[in-house]
Amino acid sequence: MRSTVPVQTADGADRPRLARHVRLRFDPARGRHVLLTPEAVTVLNGTGAAVLELCDGQRTRTEIVAALRGRYDSVDDDEVRLFLDRLTARRCLEAGRG
Amino acid sequence: MASAGVDAPFGLLAELTYRCPLHCSYCSNPLDLAAHADELTTAEWQRVLAEARELGVLQLHLSGGEPLLRRDLAEIVQCAAELGLYTNLITSALGLTPRRAEQLLAAGLDHVQISLQADEAALADRLAGTPSFERKLVAARLVKELGWPLTLNVVLHRHNADRIAAILDLAEQLEADRIELAHTQYYGWALRNRAGLLPSRAQLERAQGVVRAAHERLQGRMEVIYVLPDYHSRYPKPCMGGWGRRQLTVVPDGGVLPCPTAHTLPLPRASVRESSLAWIWESSPLFRRFRGTDWMPDPCRSCDRRELDFGGCRCQAFLLTGDAARTDPVCHLSPDHGLVAGAVAAADEGARTRDAVLAPRLYPAARRSR
Repeated sequence: MRSTVPVQTADGADRPRLARHVRLRFDPARGRHVLLTPEAVTVLNGTGAAVLELCDGQRTRTEIVAALRGRYDSVDDDEVRLFLDRLTARRCLEAGRG
Repeated sequence: MASAGVDAPFGLLAELTYRCPLHCSYCSNPLDLAAHADELTTAEWQRVLAEARELGVLQLHLSGGEPLLRRDLAEIVQCAAELGLYTNLITSALGLTPRRAEQLLAAGLDHVQISLQADEAALADRLAGTPSFERKLVAARLVKELGWPLTLNVVLHRHNADRIAAILDLAEQLEADRIELAHTQYYGWALRNRAGLLPSRAQLERAQGVVRAAHERLQGRMEVIYVLPDYHSRYPKPCMGGWGRRQLTVVPDGGVLPCPTAHTLPLPRASVRESSLAWIWESSPLFRRFRGTDWMPDPCRSCDRRELDFGGCRCQAFLLTGDAARTDPVCHLSPDHGLVAGAVAAADEGARTRDAVLAPRLYPAARRSR
């Protein structure tokens, strides 16, 4: 039985940052970014890593999406929002407020 | 990185020493503790960690025995942190003084897990075989003060399964971020003490009710992880996520194992003192023996779940049937399931097993190496 937390609703003004016990690293052995937590390793794709690198506690969710638009041709707002919600629910991200 | 069609491991469990100040009767360490007393040196561990990182390991779990009994623990942590490994200390917390905690923090330790035996001193100290409860609470508060995330590890059995609610209250008071409530797995000392440890079904049902309520109440504040006892399950646990598939263990004397209890199996040995970690992981007869599904007998071979539970636990199959290549007897489809069902039935009868004498885990003092 794994613990489940309901998806927290967040608005565009949240300034997400990695929780203190979480590490975002590049893994040269796999050539991928990974998210490290006490009992889990999440291997990220390139977009996931790009999103998380923008989660610095300074940028709002809206600003994160805007920054991604500058880098990628097409950015699916809903997909980014779901990704952030999922990681917030897993307590990998904290929703800092500016 | 691992090659030859073998995926790279994610995690390394480093059992730094089998010495331990506690004497828990549910310990899964081997019975012949002193046979592994020739511990790796600091330099040897540093080499192992560098090899592990190169192989693709990302997480390092520092355990034992009691890892704090290694005076070089901070050096080992620092080496791991410099290599980019996520470091997780799994400890009784005895010996986690403010000075040592600060050294470990400075060395880059990411996360601390402290074991708790019960919610109050008398029972906890009896289960641990030594006065330890109050010191654990002091250390747990210290961990929070220093800003680490705190996980509490509680091994459940017949003597504390009815105290989960109080244990969760204590965890809340200590502001734990996570708590793992994991039923005893029957290896090593725990298997020897099985008759006195196995809970009854009635106890399990009560426990599940308490845990379900706690999940709701603590949502978003504390992560509650509940690991069911495999003896009471229909299917076996996917031990280590599959043999030689995601994790490896290095024991105090440098032996390398696919899981921390595989000492007992009659298989070829592998040691970092003789071979590289990469060769052991990818090519050693030990790691290849039960990798994948080709080794499986029926009912596993033709089972839809063969890639889900990998035939269960090889150590359990060996310990209960004498043959490591049989289906884990925990599975209700196993021809040997009666061995597990019999133990569970005895636990349900209750009174007689409740009073079974528990043999404490003892490290033979005369043969301590350092």
